[in-house]
Amino acid sequence: MNALALRGVTKEHAATPPVLALADVSLTVEPGEFVAVTGPSGSGKSTLLAVAGTLERPSAGTVEVAGKSTEDLSDAELSGVRCRELGFVFQQFHLLATRSVLQNVADGLLYRGVPPTERLEHAAHAVAAVGLAHRRTHRPDELSGGECQRVAIARAIVGEPALILADEPTGNLDSVTGAEIFALLHRLHEGGTTILLVTHNDELARRTPRSVVLRDGRIERDERR
Amino acid sequence: MRVGSRVRAADVGPLALLGLRGRPVRAALSATGVAIGVATLVAVLGISASSQAQLIAQIDALGTNLLTVSPSAFTGGTTSLPPGAPAMIARIGPVTSDAATADLEVQVYRNQRIPSVNSQGITVKAADLGLLSAVEGHLWSGRFLNAATAQMPAVVLGHDAAAALGVDKADGEVSVWLGNQWFDVVGILEPVPLAPELDLSAIVGFPAAHQLLHREAPPTEVYVRADPTSVAAVTSVLAATADPSAPQNVSVANPSDALAARADASTAFQSLFLSLGAIALLVGGIGIANVMVIGVLERRGEIGLRRAMGARRVHIGVQFLGEAATLSLLGGVAGAVFGALAVVIYASLRHWSTTVPLAALAGAVGVALAVGAVGGLYPAWRASRLSPAEALRSV
Repeated sequence: MNALALRGVTKEHAATPPVLALADVSLTVEPGEFVAVTGPSGSGKSTLLAVAGTLERPSAGTVEVAGKSTEDLSDAELSGVRCRELGFVFQQFHLLATRSVLQNVADGLLYRGVPPTERLEHAAHAVAAVGLAHRRTHRPDELSGGECQRVAIARAIVGEPALILADEPTGNLDSVTGAEIFALLHRLHEGGTTILLVTHNDELARRTPRSVVLRDGRIERDERR
Repeated sequence: MRVGSRVRAADVGPLALLGLRGRPVRAALSATGVAIGVATLVAVLGISASSQAQLIAQIDALGTNLLTVSPSAFTGGTTSLPPGAPAMIARIGPVTSDAATADLEVQVYRNQRIPSVNSQGITVKAADLGLLSAVEGHLWSGRFLNAATAQMPAVVLGHDAAAALGVDKADGEVSVWLGNQWFDVVGILEPVPLAPELDLSAIVGFPAAHQLLHREAPPTEVYVRADPTSVAAVTSVLAATADPSAPQNVSVANPSDALAARADASTAFQSLFLSLGAIALLVGGIGIANVMVIGVLERRGEIGLRRAMGARRVHIGVQFLGEAATLSLLGGVAGAVFGALAVVIYASLRHWSTTVPLAALAGAVGVALAVGAVGGLYPAWRASRLSPAEALRSV
């Protein structure tokens, strides 16, 4: 069973003339893999992540998440797929300013219908896993950028999804902090987490076990080390 | 079928409060519009209910069976009733008591040095001894005229007349200059709700009017108490009885009708103020809708994140609708409290018993909730229709 399988995915953005963001992309991610997707700006990296994350539907082709096709699913059913199988990490962290670290992480389980006390228990483990146990009661505005991104990563892994989708997670961080976040992703990968990382940082991409290079919406290279 | 995403019922409330806690000042300000509307509604309904209860209690206490007979002001006839009118009215079966007054063409002054133009509008009246019981009047001080003092230079002042003359005691030691002689003040009346014309009067006995002031004193007003079950029948025969030759010159009135009209008049104002309250509430609802639309624009990132974490459209919609409803509910409850408080203060200042209709409280809060929910529909719909990818990109 694949964690993610894109088959012949094409994505056109509505505009005049239409923008072809992805052209016949096929990509399979096995459970336990750590894949970096790189490419210049406008190469379709973010669109690839949005389509893989079922945030957008492809114009053509199919997307399978955790071995199941998403083609015939309704919008509500796609929400269910994201809720159960996917975890997202974004460049801007997207933490809720009024909630503590622990609550922000626990919110990762909100739409699974998990009872509040159970959510907080899982959140405590996830916060410890990213090394922020001492910061659990703090609010996002009391944290550094690197710590905020750790919280966001904890929120993504708290439900142990089949696949983590990380969109430029180091984009807002200085190089030292970015390297720390990358190291954290590495550690999670070694613990068995499947990660698809979109980045324009080629240096980081070279240190992942597999890197895919996009250019003009097509896969130019797909290397395993 | 794969297990979809869902939100526990217990999580809906905290979700609705989340946005309000993030921006407490904005939340308070936008709830203020609704609060003002609800406070207006509750205060108007409460004050008019209290005032009506007060008037009805007053009417009940004073009785609705007092009738006044006076010369008609419109027919251009005489300014007095026939001299025999009081006696004939007393002979009507269901009349339980009656008392005549006669306006005397003399003036009253504090002393003889006051210029004669300064009469202050006080009417000097001669009155029967039964006047006080007929009009349900009460003495503020001293006593009313009796068979003895009615023949003597003694005067009872109406409440406003006493104030105008600067007389505040009625122990017989204070005298006023009435018809060019000294009259001792023996009594001061409380205000008389059913015969307010007595408040600015100085009342002497008929014998004193004849013998000391040398006035004819034909009756100008007869106060009649009728059996409560026969008020209509007595009303219909009073004019013809008072002046059989020219009944059209006689006007018959029921003073409690005036009080009842006041109660009705307050409902006329009530609808005006209620419309103002409703408009304030509407504006408050639009304010909430406005703030929610801004909130949806500002929180696109949060909406995108929630969609990415598995929230369905309906979850997003319910969160924002719940936020709008919570806002208006807070405003509604605060407004109801302030409105009720206004009623209590107003009623206690007027020495009324406070009446705040519970239906008005519950209704006003309910209307506020409905206004907020309707105002939140459009923002909630917009939030739920946001595409997750676009919502995340836009930040």
